[in-house]
Amino acid sequence: MQMTAEAKSSNQSASKSGASREIFLPPERDRVKDGGKPHLSAKNFSIFYGDFEAVKKIEADILSKYVTAIIGPSGCGKSTFLRAINRMNDLIPSCYTSGSLMFDGEDVYGKYTDEVQLRRKIGMVFQKPNPFPKSIFDNIAYGPRLQGVKEKKVLDEIVEKSLRKAALWDEVKDRLDKNALGLSGGQQQRLCVARTLAVEPEILLLDEPTSALDPKSTAKIEDLIEELRGSYTIAIVTHNMQQASRVSDYTMFFYEGDLVEYAPTKQLFTNPRDQVTEDYITGRFS
Amino acid sequence: MIKSTKKSVVGSSASSGRIKAIDIVNKGLKRRYRKEKRFRLYGMLSILASVAFLAFLLTSIVFNGYSAFLQTYIKLDVPLEAGMIDKQEPGRSDFQGIIKSAIRSYYPEVTERQDKRELYALFSSGAAFQLRDTVLSNPPEEGTTLSLWVLADDDVDMLMKGHMKRDVPEGSRRLNDKQLRWIERLEADKRVEKRFNTTFFSAGDSREPELAGIWGAVKGSIYTMLVTLALSFPIGICAAVYLEEFAPKNLATDFIEVNINNLAAVPSIVFGLLGLAVFLNFFGMPRSTPLVGGIVLMLMTLPTIIIASRAALKAVPPSIREAALGVGSSKLQVVASHVLPLALPGMLTGTIIGMAQALGETAPLLMIGMVAFIVDIPGGFTDPAAVMPVQIYLWADSPERAFVERTSAAIMVLLAFLISMNAVAVVMRKRFERRW
Repeated sequence: MQMTAEAKSSNQSASKSGASREIFLPPERDRVKDGGKPHLSAKNFSIFYGDFEAVKKIEADILSKYVTAIIGPSGCGKSTFLRAINRMNDLIPSCYTSGSLMFDGEDVYGKYTDEVQLRRKIGMVFQKPNPFPKSIFDNIAYGPRLQGVKEKKVLDEIVEKSLRKAALWDEVKDRLDKNALGLSGGQQQRLCVARTLAVEPEILLLDEPTSALDPKSTAKIEDLIEELRGSYTIAIVTHNMQQASRVSDYTMFFYEGDLVEYAPTKQLFTNPRDQVTEDYITGRFS
Repeated sequence: MIKSTKKSVVGSSASSGRIKAIDIVNKGLKRRYRKEKRFRLYGMLSILASVAFLAFLLTSIVFNGYSAFLQTYIKLDVPLEAGMIDKQEPGRSDFQGIIKSAIRSYYPEVTERQDKRELYALFSSGAAFQLRDTVLSNPPEEGTTLSLWVLADDDVDMLMKGHMKRDVPEGSRRLNDKQLRWIERLEADKRVEKRFNTTFFSAGDSREPELAGIWGAVKGSIYTMLVTLALSFPIGICAAVYLEEFAPKNLATDFIEVNINNLAAVPSIVFGLLGLAVFLNFFGMPRSTPLVGGIVLMLMTLPTIIIASRAALKAVPPSIREAALGVGSSKLQVVASHVLPLALPGMLTGTIIGMAQALGETAPLLMIGMVAFIVDIPGGFTDPAAVMPVQIYLWADSPERAFVERTSAAIMVLLAFLISMNAVAVVMRKRFERRW
């Protein structure tokens, strides 16, 4: 299955090595500095819920500092894959993995991997905005405080920097001590992004970050992703194919647990190699 | 309401001949509203019934008990002649004798031994103690006459409160005609008065109703509840957090869960037997004490607290956990700084229920000797003590008429205690309550 997925995924990317990566890079004007190294590489990586193989033998690299979109119909395993990257699936007792998923030369599921440190480096934003029922300031400062940052000055700085990065500073700077639940849905979601950025992660995982938001807030989040592109490696799961094509450099298409196709976004949307991909992006099924 | 809804439904035309879905809906509409109305009526009736029962219960308790808050006092002039008060040790003087001579001097015509005894019976045996306290706190000059309001005996008290009828034949009341005449003389001299019953709120138990108070039992209950709370709250919450957040889901934890649920349904007297066997006989802890009572009640409260706490933990949305994990908190940090604060109101609710249950419990305390006649007011966790429900039970069992009103008054005190305990918990719950 893995071979077929690979074969389907792209002719240029000769499966395992980085030799084909040059072709894989986007056109010159879209390239980012120091980007394009494999930040996460899955080898023969499967995820199981009990006996059910939800994600089947993935072979793929996620490239640093680029935005990778993960699309596919419901139940195809895209969220499962995303959550597996920072071991959120550990919360589900019946969930286990096989194969390897390397992050910075370290196996995410290795015996000696500290999942707490891992989650700090691989931040995640969820489908539903989930701010803590605390003040805006405390929401952002929570992560740095966990790392032992105590001085008010440093915290102030981190909070401002994170909120600016998340394009929320101007809207909330006068009410940092107000409860975060008083913000609108879109603001809450950007707050969640800021909260994740505050601990300076290397990878940002976004699990359908806009599916609970109105179009205006969605646009803001998309702008935000565009801003963060080039500074962070971003993986975004989305149901919205326009969104995937707008914000991402690469797109993974999952279908029934297989990584059917993985290609530069433009290529995947204009010239899909696989019939299933074509059927999906043209809306013949969803 | 029904009619307007019917009218607003469009497209109901029977003329077309075909049966339309909307017609069927309209036909059933009336029945549906009727059903709803009936259901509301049932709900209202059941609430009305429970409120009526509660009101009946409360009024009967208040009606029976309010008179216990007043107590009859008799004004007695006590002439202190030379030599009556011991110079060296005033506390060891014969106060009983002084009171008796004071009574005799008010009723000089009473000379018969039997009559004297009946006369003394009008005054409480506590009168001597009152005199002693007065003398000790403020030593009077010799030869002066102290004017003292002393406690009346409970029979006099009942007569004054109207619980004993004066116009029934002599044989069917506890005071005879002679005693009634003496009391009438006191009344004519305005020497009888009903005053607020401070004894009831400051004394321990007594065989004499006019000397009996609830304070000993209240303090016993406070100590017992403190032990119960101090043990069951932390243990219950730790157990719930561990089971809910950390424990692996396997056969062993399932077994524990089933057992906790079963424990909640065990009759409370069984816990008393356990306390008797383990804490008193095996560990040799002091019997009849709040310490042991509190531990036994803790065993009884634990399942309630654990079950409620687990439910509260389950109700915390997983998104909060994910959010905290996502920024790099360890599991313990997630629980301590996010899950626990959000679950705390629910846990407090469970604790309130458990503590209220424990406060009203008598059966397990029976086994560890807390159902005893204890006069002293407990001063600590290892002093013999009674608790309020036990005190109520003991008084309800006493034959004196005056204990009837004291029983009801004690129930009122118990309810007040319960309400204030719950009020504290509710205030705390409100303070911790946060929405997400």
